[in-house]
Amino acid sequence: MEAKPRLLKILDGVTLTLFLVSLWSVFFYAPLEKVMGMVQKVFYYHVATAWVGMLGFGVAMVAGVAYLRTSNRKWDIVGLAAVEISLVFFFIAIITGSIWARPIWNAWWTWDPRLTTATIVELVYAAYLLLRQGIEDPDRRARFGAVYAILGFISVPLTFMSIRIFRTIHPVVIGNSDPTASGNFDMTAKMLQTFLFGLFAFSVIFVTLLWHRIRLGKLADQVEQLRLRALE
Amino acid sequence: MLFAEGTANTINYFIAGYAVFFTVMALYLASLYIRYRNLKRDLEVLQEMEQSNEPES
Repeated sequence: MEAKPRLLKILDGVTLTLFLVSLWSVFFYAPLEKVMGMVQKVFYYHVATAWVGMLGFGVAMVAGVAYLRTSNRKWDIVGLAAVEISLVFFFIAIITGSIWARPIWNAWWTWDPRLTTATIVELVYAAYLLLRQGIEDPDRRARFGAVYAILGFISVPLTFMSIRIFRTIHPVVIGNSDPTASGNFDMTAKMLQTFLFGLFAFSVIFVTLLWHRIRLGKLADQVEQLRLRALE
Repeated sequence: MLFAEGTANTINYFIAGYAVFFTVMALYLASLYIRYRNLKRDLEVLQEMEQSNEPES
């Protein structure tokens, strides 16, 4: 296994710095929302983690297309890495959303279009990981993963658009919200800066984690090849 | 909540939200590290096995 590249070491440092600045801005820079109080600050990382989730599922879809075109297993490693990271971030988004909802909607959970479609996305990609494990042949597994990632991605824009096309109580952060949505708020300049910086910081965190997870995937692939050779 | 006057005291939910974030992230980072360490060990063992199985020329 090759040593950790210098660029990745630099990226690790940059990522940590961006994360700490983002954390500082959420805790100390962004003002307190006057109606919701402190729980509104959960919103910054709730949206950022949801964004990273959707970004990663998109990367997996692109990697799936690339694999089907080239049959190069490196794209399978990229796709798997992106799905795994996105599942973690999307899970955080769902749970933090539920925590935010309790004092604002007076319910931990409601089968609102956004919450329902987000749950479907999480389950679709959790199934991707489970089903992959049942396929032993690496090439068949990669082909299956590529097709699944492309088809599974249909659920992602559906989730993104759900609060824009269906009647919902979930607030829309970007664009016009349904007037019946509960928990809307107008962002001050400092809130908006914190929010946008959070999105940027989390995008960088995603890239860094993806690189690390791809290295892990390459190592796993190497071990699997040696195991198969040892069994021959 | 929306009809309440003044700022709501929701600090417990704020703490819970960030506790979930840090816990899940820590668990994921730990899993990445542990899997990497185990795979590295497996790779070394398999490479040793392969070398010892190679016929002497």
